Amino acid sequence: MAMTIHVDIVSAEQSIYSGTAEVVIASAEQGEIGVYPRHAPLLTRLKAGEVRLLKGGQEEQFYVSGGMLEIQPDVVTVLADTALRAADVDEAAAIQAKEAAEQALKDQTSKMDYAEAAAQLAEAVAQLRSIQRMRKGKKG
Amino acid sequence: MASGKEIRTQISSIKSTQKITSAMEMVAASKMRKAQDRMAATRPYSEKIYGVIQHLAHARPEYKHPYLQDRIEATRVGYIVISSDRGLCGGLNNNLFKALLSDIKDKRNKGIEIDVCTIGQKASNFMSRLPVNLVAQKAQLGDAPRLQDLIGTVKVMLDAYTEGRIDSLYLVYNEFVNTMTQEQKLLRLIPVKPETPDELLKYPWDYIYEPDAKDVLDDLLVRYIESLVYQAVVENFACEQASRMIAMKNASDNAGNIIDDLQLVYNKARQAAITQEISEIVAGAAAV
Repeated sequence: MAMTIHVDIVSAEQSIYSGTAEVVIASAEQGEIGVYPRHAPLLTRLKAGEVRLLKGGQEEQFYVSGGMLEIQPDVVTVLADTALRAADVDEAAAIQAKEAAEQALKDQTSKMDYAEAAAQLAEAVAQLRSIQRMRKGKKG
Repeated sequence: MASGKEIRTQISSIKSTQKITSAMEMVAASKMRKAQDRMAATRPYSEKIYGVIQHLAHARPEYKHPYLQDRIEATRVGYIVISSDRGLCGGLNNNLFKALLSDIKDKRNKGIEIDVCTIGQKASNFMSRLPVNLVAQKAQLGDAPRLQDLIGTVKVMLDAYTEGRIDSLYLVYNEFVNTMTQEQKLLRLIPVKPETPDELLKYPWDYIYEPDAKDVLDDLLVRYIESLVYQAVVENFACEQASRMIAMKNASDNAGNIIDDLQLVYNKARQAAITQEISEIVAGAAAV
């Protein structure tokens, strides 16, 4: 039987594949890389593309939009990205989060006032109800 | 004693409240189960990436990443606080905020300034009332939060660390122990301090880095921290549902008890009215 290597493909949100393969082919940042068992430890980034697993003449394919590839002599781990990553996209998301915070600080008076008013209203209604009950009780 | 009709309306209003609380309990139970599955699904990634980080911290590459280095004196600290978006989930958020406040107080006494970034509506409402610096916020992630939605919020804090505006970063969230127990957690994200297992110390080795250690490490550490935050968000959601389920179960049980009590009062009042009527009739008949 041919030598096999253990392969894990995981993303932050789920585990995609876990099993063995004879060869793992992935598109690393500096070109395609083919990994056979007993490969030297290696760490690299992946480009968007396919990860192909060869096993017993059959091929399985997984698409990843990027990520990291870790190679140990008997284990290959693909840490796949779930999101499309780019510096400017990340930056935009960061700005959005900051703006949301500023908005929250600006809005806090109106929102807090509403919540407090609602709480006070509920309290007043409860008081009224108990007063009415007491009055009725006295009459009866 | 209150009249029969009044008690009847009270009973029926409590019954409708009970219907709502028991419906919420069932919804929370089913959401909790899904959240637990999601929690299990995120675990492999963070375990794998933690393993790589452990190797890295031990391998001592020529490049030391700032996230892995302790800063000697902390003057400003960042917190990422994770809460639920909605209330009616028992003391979950309040207990978390209490734990956070006591930590903030400790830091303040040492003259350390606080930066806060919130994930979840409740945290942002709470934090905006406090005299802390709220730098970023994110809310309404929904039932199935995506990592994509968190990248921006995490980046704000990571940038703050890189630029030296904060000297360490903490993550505050609820840890899901089981349905009955949720624990408040205060985890230090940066500087990263991975534990090195003994077996790694025996045979030192290092990776081949492509293109170079710096680029790879930068990406890896950012992803590691994002995955920790993501997992905390997923875990906190499971906590929210579990806590809501318990709170609603208690509410339904209490409503049941009140209904029983009121029913008893109602029956007594009805019986008293009947007895009075009969004695009046009998007295009337005797007088005739």
